[in-house]
Amino acid sequence: MAPALLDVTDLACRRGGRQVFDRLSFVLGAGELLALTGRNGSGKTTLLRALALLVRPDAGTIRWHGAEIRAEPETWRGRLAWLGHLEGLKGDLSVRENLLVAERLRGAPPAEDRLDGALTAFDLAGLAARPVRILSAGQRRRVALARVVLSQAPLWLLDEPLNALDVPAQAAFRSALQNHLAAGGLAIAATHADLGLPAARALELGVAPSSTSPPGGGEGHETHEP
Amino acid sequence: MTGFIALVARDLRLVWRRPGDVAVVLAFFVVATVLFPLGIGPESNLLARIAAGVLWCAALFASLLSLDRLFAADYEDGTLDLLLLAPWPLELAALAKCLAHWIVTGLPLAVLAPFLGIAFGLDRPSLWALAATLFVGTPTLSLIGGLAAALTLGARRSGALLALLALPLCVPTLIFGAGAIETLAAGESFTTHLAILGALALVALATTPWAMAAALRQAGE
Repeated sequence: MAPALLDVTDLACRRGGRQVFDRLSFVLGAGELLALTGRNGSGKTTLLRALALLVRPDAGTIRWHGAEIRAEPETWRGRLAWLGHLEGLKGDLSVRENLLVAERLRGAPPAEDRLDGALTAFDLAGLAARPVRILSAGQRRRVALARVVLSQAPLWLLDEPLNALDVPAQAAFRSALQNHLAAGGLAIAATHADLGLPAARALELGVAPSSTSPPGGGEGHETHEP
Repeated sequence: MTGFIALVARDLRLVWRRPGDVAVVLAFFVVATVLFPLGIGPESNLLARIAAGVLWCAALFASLLSLDRLFAADYEDGTLDLLLLAPWPLELAALAKCLAHWIVTGLPLAVLAPFLGIAFGLDRPSLWALAATLFVGTPTLSLIGGLAAALTLGARRSGALLALLALPLCVPTLIFGAGAIETLAAGESFTTHLAILGALALVALATTPWAMAAALRQAGE
């Protein structure tokens, strides 16, 4: 295993009076992919949002290179690429404009030169001038994935990245993810479908039977896929 | 700073793509104020006396009209998450949204108001004063309205709730804005009123971005 870049220890999150997960720990090194699995409502999205600091964890630490990320939240946010349930695209802007705006909102300089590469990777070159409002769900998902690739962030947080993607788009996503990992990037993806990457490690989140968690045991357990 | 400018530019571009949203606000302002001279009749003394109050109230309502979409649109399509995840302060993002709102509502209202003032029989110095007070006072309305919009994000019937939250907070601005024209009519200088309006805008500028950012983080959870 590569030396740990991201070190999550004893993370706990309560939402609406329910313990979503408790004493969750995992480490992730450069070039590693973590697949979050589990039933609906098992806390996959909450864990991703907690890692992005969109949800405040109740306990536990999240360290990057050994330093607690909450000490410098803005630096941490700069290291993330986010793909949520919602694509975060403006329907009235074109595909190209959406990607450029998203890059500038990250405080990055204009990315025109890298933009074409990201568009081509997801077969969006022909759609670049179209307003996002007229795109299909799968096409929107591809635009959002192109945004993730364009960000060049070291850690990708992906919530159901394969949703609505057709077979060629899934292949494009896999190859983009593989390139990212090969370049030393990290990725955490919540997914029901098989990501199709042999190197993926899996973290299964369980649903607590009641609002109280069993004593002495974490709810998440880590498995290595063969 | 790149992000701040990009956000203002994005919001202006979105408005440009759908100019109807702003046109409705400005049309509401025109129609609402023009109804008063029609309803009260051609009593020019009375009209000139109530003009400032009517125009200021109408400007207040008009700027509230478009505020419920200020953060709601970003909340619904997921771009609010991207703002929350941007590696620069959310306070600045909230400020950028309010600035864009002011450019497309407050500024046109300040430009339109003197022309409507003519219908009320205001004299030339009063028309200038009206534009000046609106120019200095409307940023406060955008900021306070933005705070109310952030607080009511995700709530049902947020439009009515937003008005209930924002209107009482806008009372000082309304009093000094409308009061400036009355002072001028009494033959005195209105610079004190203008200075107080400026001070109110600065207080709003110094406090609301933090409150907006806290409310947006809460909505993002």
